[in-house]
Amino acid sequence: MNWQLYLVLGTPLAGGILLALWGHKTWAAGLNIAISIATFLAAAALTANIISEGPIITANEQFFVDSLNVFLVALTAFVSMTTSLFSRPYMRVELAHGKLSDNRLRLFHSMYQLFVFTMLMVLLTNNLGILWVALEAATLTTVLLVSLYRTPASLEAAWKYFILCGVGIAQALFGTILLYSAAEKVLGSGGRALLWTHLDTVTGSLEPTVMSLAFVFLLVGYGTKVGLVPLHNWLPDAHAEGPTPVSAVLSGLLLNVALYALLRCKVLVDGALGVPFASHLMMGFGLLSVVVAAFFLSRQKDIKRMFAYSSVEHMGLITFAFGMGGPVANFAGLLHMTLHSLTKSAIFFAVGHAAQKAGTQIMDDIRGLMKVSPTVGWGLMLGSVAILGLPPFGVFASEFLILTTAMRLQPWATPLLLIALGVAFAAVFSKVQPMVFGETNAKRLPHPPALIPVFAHLAIVFAFGFYIPPYLVDWYHEAAKLIG
Amino acid sequence: MHLSFASQIINLLAAILLLLSFAMLTQRRILSLINLFALQGFTLTLSTLVVAWSTGQHHLYYSAALTFALKVLVLPWVLHRLIRKLNVKWDVETLINIPTTMLVGIVLVILAFNVALPISQLAGTITKSTLGIALACVLLAFLTMITRSKAVPQVIGFLAMENGLFFAATSATYGMPMVVEFGIALDVMVGMVILGVFFFQIRERFDSLDIRHLEKLKEE
Repeated sequence: MNWQLYLVLGTPLAGGILLALWGHKTWAAGLNIAISIATFLAAAALTANIISEGPIITANEQFFVDSLNVFLVALTAFVSMTTSLFSRPYMRVELAHGKLSDNRLRLFHSMYQLFVFTMLMVLLTNNLGILWVALEAATLTTVLLVSLYRTPASLEAAWKYFILCGVGIAQALFGTILLYSAAEKVLGSGGRALLWTHLDTVTGSLEPTVMSLAFVFLLVGYGTKVGLVPLHNWLPDAHAEGPTPVSAVLSGLLLNVALYALLRCKVLVDGALGVPFASHLMMGFGLLSVVVAAFFLSRQKDIKRMFAYSSVEHMGLITFAFGMGGPVANFAGLLHMTLHSLTKSAIFFAVGHAAQKAGTQIMDDIRGLMKVSPTVGWGLMLGSVAILGLPPFGVFASEFLILTTAMRLQPWATPLLLIALGVAFAAVFSKVQPMVFGETNAKRLPHPPALIPVFAHLAIVFAFGFYIPPYLVDWYHEAAKLIG
Repeated sequence: MHLSFASQIINLLAAILLLLSFAMLTQRRILSLINLFALQGFTLTLSTLVVAWSTGQHHLYYSAALTFALKVLVLPWVLHRLIRKLNVKWDVETLINIPTTMLVGIVLVILAFNVALPISQLAGTITKSTLGIALACVLLAFLTMITRSKAVPQVIGFLAMENGLFFAATSATYGMPMVVEFGIALDVMVGMVILGVFFFQIRERFDSLDIRHLEKLKEE
């Protein structure tokens, strides 16, 4: 009996429906937080269970939890909890500024919970078909969130997001169909042939030609959602035009979840092919994303767009790490996934309040945050320093691991990575510095900002730079082994 | 003989699907485009029924019923309602360069056949020769989306792409497991509802459903 698993999935689903049905109430934001906390507690219980008792397969084999996905479940539940904490004061300010109405707030809360539900579904399902369905549902729930302000720009961003991700994910469906056609010959037709745990035991006998073609389609499809260059066009727009809590969960969680889907497929394809075909593709796309995104960073004027490109860069780095494969690179990739998720959502929290104070997202018009609100200023500064990979923050450790492994396994890529990271550093730092220090033009907000989530995330990232608890290290190693 | 007759019927229906994809590519009227989409759904239902009958795969009867309900009845009805409410029923799009589009389409079909060839040879289904056509339908629908500048035809292109994928699933594997098919159908439904809402938002903001208004966000 795995009541934790049902609780993890059931809480946000029920919460989303309740928030939609009840209509707008003043306590809706509070309820949103309460549901997210409950989801997090359930996820924590599930994690504890998996750590002590090993992987579980349940509900007629439809759900499967091992150390790889449970770590992402815990991360997803945690960041969605802190984001809900952040969104309450943030949305109150937006309401006071007249950018939103009560009804839109209701839409936001309901869709937010359903979005969390679809992501958890992607992570927990054992059925690759359901995984696709849930990931598509994750796009659908966020389309209306991106267009929440109904400005021309946000409608355009949402349309682009829908069409590009829709087309992309249709390619992934074709890949899944091909995968199924290969698996069906070995496992027989019916539901079993799409269950990952079954597929994993027979990878050696899956038809290699079909599997390699399937992976190309899956990479294009899920890669669109990961934001890999050249499929990343939707990402900066959706991040810049949607409300900041949505940017935080898109960057911090959805990209991870899409990458997780790709990883599960990569394991199967690697097993079937026996040659590093999937690895080479992932390294290529990953490296291209890092380099292109780094050079785009310096050209940005909108603060949220800039950090969206930074997400493309980091997802590229993680994809590159998983492409290299092996215990160390996978470990580094998983660590970087965690730290990027925490840091980037913290940055978006700080950016959200900074943009509210300055009344604009244009970086040239945001000045001297430190004078008006030292906490927002420090949050932005420390977050940027952390994401740029400066020690003593944890991102330094994971980037260092990725770079040293690259030197060993793919020496040709190391200079490219180093140049890209250097360019990114120069671009982001030179833009953040004047926003934080100097003369100010920011004003006070009608409601106090939520800064606990920002500093909670940054504290964890900081702590990871010094010390990762041994049980977490074991856990990451365990998960890294599963990716191969 | 029995099987080969069924496979001939399936090949015929596949050819009709491909023709319909080309027809959609060049259709200027929104209303006719919706009717073509419904016709495509109907052809898809027929071919699924023939496959189900000739191979004795019972779950395909359900998926044929699902296809009929969703793609012949519900979606065309929703689309008809939408274009009436949005007052774009008689809209005619100016498509540039139909011959060039057709030529690109033909190239895509050849490409699709080449990509699908190795898989068709490996598949054990009686429908295996149609996988190339299925992929061609997907690519043609994609081309339909790219060449349109209005929101509703773009979405019809998107739905036609889903039709092609569904056909690919029946030709390569006799259909996906039922639970997955239900999931996909649910996604399509929810997507349609969200798009309906979205159309009204775009119209309210821009006074038109022309996507060319939505090209402001660019890298400088």
